[in-house]
Amino acid sequence: MKKVQLVKLAHARSGDKGDTANVGVIALKPEYYPVLVKELTPERVKAHFGRNVLGPVERFEMPNIGALNFLLHNALGGGGTLTLKHDAQGKVVSANILRMYIDVPDELEVP
Amino acid sequence: MKQMIRIASGQGYWGDRFDAPIDQVREGAIDYLVMDYLAEVTMSIMQKQKSRDPNLGYAKDFVPLMEKLLPLLVEKNVTLITNAGGVNPVGCMLAVRGIAEKMGMSGLKIAAVYGDDILEQLDSLIASGNALKNMETGAELSTVRNRVSSANVYFGARPVVEALQQGAQVIVTGRVTDTGISLAPMIHEFGWDWQDWDKLATGVVGGHINECGAQASGGNFFAGWKEVPDMERIGFPIVEAYADGHLVITKHESLGGLVDVRTVKEQLVYELGNPSEYITPDCVADFASIQLEQEGKNRVRVFGVKGKPDTPFYKVSISYFDGYTSIGQLTYTWPDALQKAQKADEIIRKRLDYLGVRFDEIRTEFLGYNACGGDTAPPIEDPNEVVLHIGVRGHNFKDMTTFSKEVIPLVLTGPPTVTGFGGGRPKVREVIAYWPALLKKETVQPKVLTIEVI
Repeated sequence: MKKVQLVKLAHARSGDKGDTANVGVIALKPEYYPVLVKELTPERVKAHFGRNVLGPVERFEMPNIGALNFLLHNALGGGGTLTLKHDAQGKVVSANILRMYIDVPDELEVP
Repeated sequence: MKQMIRIASGQGYWGDRFDAPIDQVREGAIDYLVMDYLAEVTMSIMQKQKSRDPNLGYAKDFVPLMEKLLPLLVEKNVTLITNAGGVNPVGCMLAVRGIAEKMGMSGLKIAAVYGDDILEQLDSLIASGNALKNMETGAELSTVRNRVSSANVYFGARPVVEALQQGAQVIVTGRVTDTGISLAPMIHEFGWDWQDWDKLATGVVGGHINECGAQASGGNFFAGWKEVPDMERIGFPIVEAYADGHLVITKHESLGGLVDVRTVKEQLVYELGNPSEYITPDCVADFASIQLEQEGKNRVRVFGVKGKPDTPFYKVSISYFDGYTSIGQLTYTWPDALQKAQKADEIIRKRLDYLGVRFDEIRTEFLGYNACGGDTAPPIEDPNEVVLHIGVRGHNFKDMTTFSKEVIPLVLTGPPTVTGFGGGRPKVREVIAYWPALLKKETVQPKVLTIEVI
């Protein structure tokens, strides 16, 4: 196994739904998707975000487009027009999740 | 009957690039132009404008846009569907008629879709047992009733299809879903059955791809933003919808931007909840069934979409006054930029304590250090500059103005090498909060009014 930063395996887009941020993590190649499914557990994602995410993390699988959709609850300081956060709508949560390092099988070619 | 129609996105939100809708009509063949104007806060602002002048309450800048756009729509035989009508779609329709009459466009049909505005009916709805509970907190609307500033039902494609059947070439709606305005032309042109869930869901997917403008065609594109050509004239997406129930996402060749499976995937996951339960007023779409295929340059085929029956409820968007926020910023530079910004934060907080003002929340972030990343941002040593970003939220206006006066004095009373205060005192803003709720569909009826220019 080797440690690889997620940004080499996936791209992402994030947005808001009230005080919940959503982030879709999309495999850059089909062969990366099973690794994402295995490694990006809701628990690990929650741990990665630390105090940024006060509520639970939900995960949904989208094998059709090689993506995982995460809902990060209580992550936007109240959300909408209430929030005092600079990233009020969770627009850059996409970049934040891609900072994660995950275990990847040695034989998987990664740029 | 047509086998294919082109539905072009002209605007992703109110305030999007102003010439995009004009380019969409001028730079190639399209059949429909759809433009989204409404967000939750918008409805509240529009209600305020309408209460001052009953003729207002719609997107005011839509009218000057129509002076440029309308002749093009007529010349190219393009139908426009937009929710620019806000809380006064009929008023908006009459304003458009005024322009059409001046331009001598007799015979042009313009429609208003309304009935979504339930602000006046709220008390009778509550009295007849609709608690309009907050979908997120479960609280009853009665707890904030006296602070409500707008209340609108989200209609789907149905009333828009009705307007199309009446021959309208310009349709201005109130709160119709972003997906509904793209789905409606498909149902109208192809005669899709209202129970053909897979086809309806396909149309919803097309609407989701269109609804944020260039976000599907190379804008805000994480995977390949450096590859996107001519972003200064980025082509907004065009959904080619086919009668058999598949789509091709594309854009005008003469414009910039990029449409590939990656740009479409990024838009598909945008603001997505449970992918298998994408609820709209017309059907429930399964985003985990969508298949994509690169069919050619700037052409992505969308197929295999599955749908399920609609739910018995309309979603309701209610806005209400919920206090104030104020955010101030000061820029500190090397050396010790972060330590200076932290010290300034400490001073402001001590001042607020000393002055005896109280807030629901005080939040501090350091731009250039960790404001965007929070706990995911690795520490950096000795940044060149750090912006102190301190915000307060509360319900006491006087306390808010006290905060507003406490930021700029730091320039002469706090740590050194500080700048970036040219904007003056932080503004105190009203918080218009959002209250999502559900309402039985039979409770409200959409209305359609079509008029012909004489």
